[in-house]
Amino acid sequence: MSTRDVTLDHVTIRFGFHTAVNNALLNIEGGEFFSFLGPSGCGKTTLLRCISGFIEPTEGRVLIGGKDMKRVGPNKRPTALIFQNLALFPLMSVADNIAFPLEVRGVGRKERRKRADELLELIALPGVGDKKVYELSGGQRQRVAIARALAVEPDILLLDEPLSALDLKLRQHMRTELRAIQERVGLTFIYITHDQGEALTMSDRVAVMNAGVIEQIDDPVTIYEKPRTPFVASFVGETNAIPGKAVSQSGFDVALDTPLGRLVGRSAGGRQFGAGQEAILFIRPEQLTLDPGGRIAATVVKEEFEGNLRHLFLESGGIALRLSRVGGGSELMPPGSSVKISFDTGRSSVMPAHGS
Amino acid sequence: MSTSASSGRGFAVLYTLLFFAFLFGPLLIMTATAFNSSSFPRITPWECFTTEWFGVLIGNDRLMQGLATSILIGVGVVAISVPVGLAGALALSEISPRLRPALYTILITPVLIPGVVLGISTIVFWGKLGRTLWGPTSTFFLNGIFLTIAGQVAFISAYAMLIFSARLQRFDPTLTEAALDLGASPGQAFRKVLLPFLRPAIGSAAFLTLLASFENYNTTVFTILADNTFTTALASKIRFGTDPSLSALAVIIIALTLIGAITHEAYARRREAMLGGPAARSALYSNPLGRIVVHPATICALLVAMAGMAVWKGSQYDASACKTRIIEEKRAIQERLLEEQRRRLRQQSVPQAPAQPATPPAAANPSPFGGAFGNVAPGGSAPQPAPAQPPANNPSPFGGAFQHLGPGAVPAPATPSAPPPPSPPPAANPSPFGGAFQNIAPPP
Amino acid sequence: MERAKQILEDFTSRHGLGVALYIGASVFLWVVFLIVLPQVTMIDYSFRHNLPPSQTGGPEDVHTLANYKYFLFNALDVGVLIKTVLAAAFVTFLDILICYPIAFILAHSATGVAARLMVLGLIVPFWINEILRAFAFRVIFGATGLINGIGIGMGLWDTPIDFIRADVALYSSLTYSYILLMVFPIYNAVEALDRNQIEAARDMGAPWWRVHWRIVLPVAKPGIASGATIVFMLTAGALAAPQIIGGPSNLWFTQLIYQWFNEASNWPRGSAYATILLVTCLAFVLLLMKIFRVPIGAIGR
Repeated sequence: MSTRDVTLDHVTIRFGFHTAVNNALLNIEGGEFFSFLGPSGCGKTTLLRCISGFIEPTEGRVLIGGKDMKRVGPNKRPTALIFQNLALFPLMSVADNIAFPLEVRGVGRKERRKRADELLELIALPGVGDKKVYELSGGQRQRVAIARALAVEPDILLLDEPLSALDLKLRQHMRTELRAIQERVGLTFIYITHDQGEALTMSDRVAVMNAGVIEQIDDPVTIYEKPRTPFVASFVGETNAIPGKAVSQSGFDVALDTPLGRLVGRSAGGRQFGAGQEAILFIRPEQLTLDPGGRIAATVVKEEFEGNLRHLFLESGGIALRLSRVGGGSELMPPGSSVKISFDTGRSSVMPAHGS
Repeated sequence: MSTSASSGRGFAVLYTLLFFAFLFGPLLIMTATAFNSSSFPRITPWECFTTEWFGVLIGNDRLMQGLATSILIGVGVVAISVPVGLAGALALSEISPRLRPALYTILITPVLIPGVVLGISTIVFWGKLGRTLWGPTSTFFLNGIFLTIAGQVAFISAYAMLIFSARLQRFDPTLTEAALDLGASPGQAFRKVLLPFLRPAIGSAAFLTLLASFENYNTTVFTILADNTFTTALASKIRFGTDPSLSALAVIIIALTLIGAITHEAYARRREAMLGGPAARSALYSNPLGRIVVHPATICALLVAMAGMAVWKGSQYDASACKTRIIEEKRAIQERLLEEQRRRLRQQSVPQAPAQPATPPAAANPSPFGGAFGNVAPGGSAPQPAPAQPPANNPSPFGGAFQHLGPGAVPAPATPSAPPPPSPPPAANPSPFGGAFQNIAPPP
Repeated sequence: MERAKQILEDFTSRHGLGVALYIGASVFLWVVFLIVLPQVTMIDYSFRHNLPPSQTGGPEDVHTLANYKYFLFNALDVGVLIKTVLAAAFVTFLDILICYPIAFILAHSATGVAARLMVLGLIVPFWINEILRAFAFRVIFGATGLINGIGIGMGLWDTPIDFIRADVALYSSLTYSYILLMVFPIYNAVEALDRNQIEAARDMGAPWWRVHWRIVLPVAKPGIASGATIVFMLTAGALAAPQIIGGPSNLWFTQLIYQWFNEASNWPRGSAYATILLVTCLAFVLLLMKIFRVPIGAIGR
């Protein structure tokens, strides 16, 4: 166990009657880029503030580097938090902002200035030390906030949706930057976002949260390819959800009776289904293929052209489906055409219809 | 619609002009009276231009002592009410939203309570506290300066609190959190992040509280006991007799206010220009020489220099020649009237008018309130001097208190009016000449 | 007290122990020793006899209604109270009439430099001490003052009109004194009004008085209530102006209080009168707010 590990040991956080985080249990390894992904209000910010030390868990423990952080204030924890609004001190210069953690530790002025300049080099903003914060652009301020957090020499860097205020191009650029900085410095990054693109591209592992519950923790590919709950399946990426009743199961393959006919899908998480149990089969749009010999018959509702992708909206047995493919030069399919589609069983996920 | 809009605009302009005429009228009048040598402040008739009243003002010991006391109290009040107001504002911002209205109401109460009630409750409480702690005859807390500071701080802290609250509302609380997260102790976060943010508010709070303390009367007049502050000395001076040195004081205050206001305006304009960036600046600001000229410090210095010169010039000005002339004129008029009266007396064999003293105009018109005096000139046939030229001695217009003064008991010229009448039962005779506390030890 | 401890703990964790103690102690001392206890003592005092120091705490030091009875059975004093309240209400009403147009003009018609000048023009007279303000009105309204001088000079009247006895001077002075405090609350309230609403109403053909009555006044109401409360309390509690410029036969209630303290040395009775003033003013203000349906929370500067 390194000093940069974070462990949440059955952490529950309640405010009055509202449960913001419900029994969070996970272990983040030192040096990992770990993301919490979920919609607004799912509790990820609360969890982050709990790890930072601004909120005490109602139940359970937070351990950093193996030590229980109970009653340890935010100023004493080896964490540094980058706020969503950055919280740069408006009355101080950039260098003073970055050197602030050193100032409160009693480091002398010359030493502080030296360190601040070093950090400015690290974030590729040399020489702006004497400027005031409001003179910088959004992306530059972002980097100053990171530099300031790094001045703390934390073991763990916590980032609260840091890119949400930036425009698209800058966001994509910063994604690479952040990942590069993390690899360079080797800290544990705990990153929260509602943007799955960010989570999937930057993280070593992702925890998907919904209404206070952590539904799945896996690396990005697994989260995407093998979702384990209906929420994860539908929140991360697009998906088709086909309801049905389980008929039989052999190994991990479950046969379902669905409005589209009898389909066979892979049971998510290795669950066993009883006969007659209601279940949902999830299959992603890009994993459906147009197959003249396929067993599923569908009617085209319309086709959309999105540059390199084409989205085919279909209807079959009363269920709306989406099929995405990388487009060729052919024309769009007219509404009302009949097509046949199929999919690879191994790419699908079958989950129980209620609960998890 | 355009006609009604333009007539609306016309009305607005007219009303604004009238309004400010009403607002500034009294001030202009007072300013003018400060330079008139007549001993009662007036503009007509204009006797001589003089600056002597400023000298009289400064020579008034009681007033100057009151000024010193006011400054002392002011400093004390600022030193206490600014931190206390800040504490109140911080408490309000941190307390739970359910308790906040209650705390706000309590802290705001002293502002709404009439000042006299504040003053009374202050002396009553501290007197009682002293007696409870140190025996029934103790006057331990009954010190005018202490009580005045206590009474004023009660409500002036609320002013400071309002200023700080307004500033605090604009503070981003994540800044303190960030400071904590970066390793600062809560005390450090307070000192290094919150206090610097509040600094402009501290300045304006200190200024406002000083002003509020200085000009307070209602509370102070009760708490100051036997001492005097500037305002109480001023008030008793006015009640005992008015002369244009009071107008002179008004001129000084107006001048100070104007200098302050103009300097502040220059400061505000400069801030605007600086923050607006080079594009927003007028030619004046872009030119470095121009920048120096319109710098608030320069303007302030200029104004102060102008004022200083005016003061110096004024003190050199000698109005004695003009005044001698006026006195000569008045004496000539009196002589003439005396002659006429003697002539008339010789013509009438019956001595109707009783013995008139040598200054008939004075006796016949001891007070501007002709109607208030039932017993002015018995016989009623006293000569009617021109009321437009009242004599130099003009007793206070509070005619009602002088009922026992007969025509012969006219006070000598230019002395203050007779001392107040003996204290009658309070409810029946409204004598405003209360004066300061004579006896301090109050009943329980 | 559990709550208080919780609050103190919160403070401490947020701002440190030193700051928490400073805040707690300051607010406590302020509230208890400067606000609550003095008022309570004064009210308690008003229910006691006027005893010399030696007899305090003794058998004669009991609670009594004597002071209040004295007031209630004293028709003159009751008359003074009523007159003070009505006069203060009158002055407040005058102030509303005068200040509303200016507040509106300042908020909606004046721009840039003109607005700033107007604000300056409102503030400068206010800085002149209230005593000097009253003095100024004495100068103007005295028998040899400006108005009489002009009137007589122009032949409008022969003998000096006693403005002071007629209370005209006092009312003018009081109306003048608190203009700033009436203008700014109304200004704050009216400023929030979207200019487009007024334009729209005018566009629809509404005459100016209807525009104000239906659109501007409802928005201005809290500001008017705020200003009126402050002005009323200050006017009813004014002491300097009545002393300096009040007529000899007319009295302001505060002067009665002053006399009880200064001339008769009857502190308990003075306290009773002070309490009566306080209660009357508060009651009057609350009553008016009820009538005009303004919530209490609207009083905020």
